[in-house]
Amino acid sequence: MKKKRIGSTLFLTLVLLFLYLPIVVVIVYSFNDNPARIPLQFTGWTTRWYEELFAGKGGYGSALVLSLQVALWSVLSSVVIGTLGAVGMVQATLRSGKGSRGDNLMESIAILPIMIPEIILGLAFMVIFDALGIKGNTIRLVLAHTTFCIPYVFLSVKSRMVSMDTALFDAARDLGATQRRILRDITLPLCAPAILSGAFLAFAMSMDDFVISFFVYGVGEGTLPLKIYSSVKTGVSLRVNALCTLMILAVFLLVAMNQYLQAVRAKKERMLQKA
Amino acid sequence: MTTDKKDSRFFRFLKLPMYLWTLVFVFVSLTYVIGLSFMGRGELIGVDGLFTLANYARLREPQYLKVLLNSLKLAALTTVLCLSIGYPFGYLMARLKPGARTVVLMLLIVPFWTNSLIRIFGWRILLMGNGPLNTFLQNLGLIEKPLKLLNTEGAVFLGMVYALLPLMIMPSSNAVEKLDYSVVEAARDLGAGPLKAFFTITVPLTLPGLMAGCVLVFIPSMGLFFLNDMLGGGKTLLTGNLIQNLINSRDLPMASALSALMLLVTGAVIALYRKVGGSSGQLSMF
Amino acid sequence: MSEQTPFLRLENLSKDYGQGMVLHSLSLDVDAGEFLTLLGPSGCGKTTTLRIIAGLEDATEGRVYLDGADVTKLPPEKRNLNTVFQSYALFPHMNVFQNVAYGLKIKKVPKAEIQQRVMEALQLVQLTGYEKRMPSQLSGGQRQRVAIARAVVLRPKVLLLDEPLGALDLKLRQQMQQELKRLQKQLGITFIYITHDQEEALNMSSRIVIMREGRVEQIGTPEEVYEHPATLFAAGFIGQSNLIHGVVDKVGEDGQMTILSEGVSLPAYAEKEYHPGDKVVLCLRPQRVRYGSEPQHGLDLQGLILDKEYSGGMQHTHIRLGDTLDIRVMSQSSELDSYQIGDKVHVGWSIRHAPVVPDNPAEEAQ
Repeated sequence: MKKKRIGSTLFLTLVLLFLYLPIVVVIVYSFNDNPARIPLQFTGWTTRWYEELFAGKGGYGSALVLSLQVALWSVLSSVVIGTLGAVGMVQATLRSGKGSRGDNLMESIAILPIMIPEIILGLAFMVIFDALGIKGNTIRLVLAHTTFCIPYVFLSVKSRMVSMDTALFDAARDLGATQRRILRDITLPLCAPAILSGAFLAFAMSMDDFVISFFVYGVGEGTLPLKIYSSVKTGVSLRVNALCTLMILAVFLLVAMNQYLQAVRAKKERMLQKA
Repeated sequence: MTTDKKDSRFFRFLKLPMYLWTLVFVFVSLTYVIGLSFMGRGELIGVDGLFTLANYARLREPQYLKVLLNSLKLAALTTVLCLSIGYPFGYLMARLKPGARTVVLMLLIVPFWTNSLIRIFGWRILLMGNGPLNTFLQNLGLIEKPLKLLNTEGAVFLGMVYALLPLMIMPSSNAVEKLDYSVVEAARDLGAGPLKAFFTITVPLTLPGLMAGCVLVFIPSMGLFFLNDMLGGGKTLLTGNLIQNLINSRDLPMASALSALMLLVTGAVIALYRKVGGSSGQLSMF
Repeated sequence: MSEQTPFLRLENLSKDYGQGMVLHSLSLDVDAGEFLTLLGPSGCGKTTTLRIIAGLEDATEGRVYLDGADVTKLPPEKRNLNTVFQSYALFPHMNVFQNVAYGLKIKKVPKAEIQQRVMEALQLVQLTGYEKRMPSQLSGGQRQRVAIARAVVLRPKVLLLDEPLGALDLKLRQQMQQELKRLQKQLGITFIYITHDQEEALNMSSRIVIMREGRVEQIGTPEEVYEHPATLFAAGFIGQSNLIHGVVDKVGEDGQMTILSEGVSLPAYAEKEYHPGDKVVLCLRPQRVRYGSEPQHGLDLQGLILDKEYSGGMQHTHIRLGDTLDIRVMSQSSELDSYQIGDKVHVGWSIRHAPVVPDNPAEEAQ
């Protein structure tokens, strides 16, 4: 029994080490005092790259601004479109109990963007934007990101809607609420956590996207991942490691925060049940 | 009747933006790509607008065929390796005590959410001629001269397994977690050894998660062109690189034909997955 | 419409969800102030009927009249009737006060009046002091009361209750039955109540509608449906019965008759007309049968005691009539007899308590 536990722990640890190895290397190298271009050896500790980064060297600031801009607009539009779509679709099926054929077909097409290889989507957006004469880089990015953000919001809200007691809608209707009122008073408040987690996911996916942005984006500096890609490929300076380290830190903080909030919520629920 | 009609009008109104958006940006754009794949190259807008099957005929040329087959081989190997690491990991993780499981889950989420460019960049540094790995091996005295690790097919394969492993672990672990472990205990009670119980009870019952993991790994593995750029030294190894190169040389019809082919393979994989009983809900777990 | 239009009238309601008819041309009149129960097994169409009355669903065909007006095409908010749902359907993100006030808020009732009416409603269901609680902090019975308060606060003409006690345990259910009856008297409004529990229906209703497969089997007071079932289904569904299959032998005066079953001649009664040779079923309530050393109710029937069981104040006796016909008899155990298994006794019953229904193998309730 004990031997088994050790073997299991060893395996889990080794795989986790494998997953963290490159991340640790990126972080350690962000403090590397070697001024040469990549490839290079580790020669000593410094915080120089962070200082340069915060001083604005390398032009990462504008990339960050663009990434945030695109993410905010995409999240906003995908939250509106995806939430209303999920609500409308599920509500409409409450009476008949089954989704209409059109809705089912639409759903399977709408979630294609997160099922198929990103490169296909990148090419598709590129050719369709060119064909439609959509030239602005920001608008191209927002349209593309909105398209692949919608499924995250849609699926999150839909699964919440499906698990909701349908009698709640009947009860509101019975008490005199119109569908518009039900949406405002019942559906949206009860879906709020699902909308929020969908929006969070969509934001992360937008900030993270490289492949699709790569094809959609024309000439210029680009979003943060695009900028990192060009920096890394050509091997400029270790400033990019400093940037990557900060991004890893951001992910870590978000994950920790999420974990903390979940723990708080679980505790609150336990207290409620006791009361 | 009256009440019903008014309500369904409201619901249609709610669905309208999503219908329109999906129609234009998913359906039309993908159809457009497929349409382009049946046209020749043109001077002005990249295509000539004439119907042809020439692009598909060109797929048989060695420069495409070799890469396509290689890409499929790498995708299959990646899936197998991810399965043989990811499934046991997911299984062991799900069987941990709740506290330990939360910790492992959190440790998994951080790499999962970290941009894959950054993570692959780490491998690039690690594998360089004068990078940490070679230095480490030299210091140990195992090798004399630095090994050529970077810019090899092996490095690309490593990167693929690395980048996609979390996509196998998550559904596997979810499936094992949902498994009612008393059925495994019942099997043990009825005389099955631990391995027999694992393969006759646990694996069949967690098959949906396992299959979802395979689909989630296999599909993107054909298109990860940037991996090849960063670890493979620009050799054309994956279908994704072919497409990227063709776009760079403005051969949109051929790029479209390859994309359509990839779409076809994706569709076939998902259809197969559905046929053996997988649900599409499993594929979009995040 | 004629002047004698009842308070609530359902006229030839049919409902088809596309997979076969759920309601077959159902018609029903309800008087003001009634406690009417729709009783039937699940899938009999009772919930669909209720939802059509509420306006939550449209009938495929037929009309609904309420208080003299055709409301068939009116949306729920214009019908002035409210529903208590089986799952309570309390809004989980609103506290008790907000839940009860919701309908009033939609009707744009002034704030002060909302306050007053909600408090009254909460008092009515004995939940004063619970205004700030969230639904998740309430017990099942308390949620039930909130659901009732939320519906009655709007002063509906009719209160529709869809198996409101289904999720409660037995003791609480009996307590709530009493309370609902009290509430109905106090409010003086019509209750339409759905249940699949025949005991609940018998206890609470002023009239019972027995439904089966989208059709009405019988309408009547609890006494009527209990003592004079109209169909084999009704007889089997309500209470316990000896259901004795046989044929009409002789038809006498005033609905009296004898029927022949397994070679035994049994006196019976029917309001409908039967002819000798008709296939019928005699519905004999176990507690309506008497036995003793003397002929009972003037009948000359001999029986053999096969078995005796004692359970909670009641005595169950199995008696064989003739060679093969076994019936169950139930009596107060205070009337404990000295008979032993194997004793011969005289058996009998009041003819009025031996109703006959047409035999229909497809109808028998499980």
